[in-house]
Amino acid sequence: MKFKVIIGVLCLLLILAVSCQSPQSIEFARYYSSGSLLYQSHCQNCHGAKGEGLNALIPPLTDTVFIKNNIHQLPCLVKNGLRGKLTINKKDFTEKMPSNDLAPIEIANVLTYVANSFGNKRGTIDVVQVGNDLNNCK
Amino acid sequence: MSRLILAIGVILLWSACKFNSTTSNSLPIYGNRQAVTRVVNGQTVIDTLYQTIPPFKLVNQYGDSISNNDLNGKIYVADFFFTSCPSICPVMQRNMLNVYNTYKNTPDVKILSYTIDPKYDSVKVLKKYADKLGVTGNMWWFIQGKKDDTYRLAEKSYLVAVSQDTTVPGGYVHQGYFVLVDKQKRVRGSYDGTNAQQVSQLIDDVKTLKAEPAPGANQ
Ligand code: HEC
Repeated sequence: MKFKVIIGVLCLLLILAVSCQSPQSIEFARYYSSGSLLYQSHCQNCHGAKGEGLNALIPPLTDTVFIKNNIHQLPCLVKNGLRGKLTINKKDFTEKMPSNDLAPIEIANVLTYVANSFGNKRGTIDVVQVGNDLNNCK
Repeated sequence: MSRLILAIGVILLWSACKFNSTTSNSLPIYGNRQAVTRVVNGQTVIDTLYQTIPPFKLVNQYGDSISNNDLNGKIYVADFFFTSCPSICPVMQRNMLNVYNTYKNTPDVKILSYTIDPKYDSVKVLKKYADKLGVTGNMWWFIQGKKDDTYRLAEKSYLVAVSQDTTVPGGYVHQGYFVLVDKQKRVRGSYDGTNAQQVSQLIDDVKTLKAEPAPGANQ
């Protein structure tokens, strides 16, 4: 009897938790799951399934400080690629990252995935922000 | 009666499994073969001559020239790549690093990565690439030669296993295959180098080849 009550209460709590998910977190979940698929098809071959990179050839995506400090430069980086020296996790990288033919919403999705995986926790990178950042590409 | 059938069924199943397990322990030999007769101690015996990797002369990342004599008595894995390849090569190298790390201290196992873009991939570029991958020593060679020679070697010799096993026409050179070659320079397997599971099969198959008796031991 007691057991049934506990299960019942737990179920209620679960339903509450699900239905009370804020609009933001639903949006986040949508961005994140689309981003995860985009990551697999566009980035994973180089940066790895765990964002581990490839030795000194391709940087890992685990440098949370770099991701945090460059969050507004990342949309341009993903769109236009990059060639030059980068210091990630105290190691230098000089190989070339190719450009990507992705729409702003896709860039927002994939960056939301990256910025909330591999140790990063930056919340939703929304499409409006990405649009603004893209207008300021150098 | 039905018990008897069941028993027979079980035995058949068991022997079928047994059969499978023994065959999976020896690897096929790919390529053309030819029967030759020779006389040993007054008796005529028939030998099978298998297709082997023909002689080649190339240069590795240290600028040393490499010929297939350097591979006498070695089991090796060959693949085809180019350093500026953005698509499948990083995945291939990530998987090949597993082969490297498993066998880097084993003197009779080597890796040969042939560049298919020798114009850009000079010795200097190959050395830098090897360094950045974390590859040292002489276990894994990044080698370059004339583009036509490399393509001919790839298509006519290394990728015979691929063309025998699939119906996909041409272009194998670009598809990221790892080719396993035994100590007698015969092709013994091909694996999708972008598929981590197939590459761990390759790592196991190298063990199988290492356990094969040395050539000439049973002649
Ligand atoms: C062909 C391989 C390749 C692909 C594909 C690729 N990158 Fe990169 N990426 C690189 C390289 C190489 C660098 C370093 C560039 C430099 O040093 O100038 C880099 C740098 C980065 C950086 C900044 C450095 C870091 O590690 O934090 C981020 C962020 C990044 N890439 C994200 C992505 C995302 C997102 C995608 C997919 C949309 C992607 N990359 C696809 C090779 C690649």
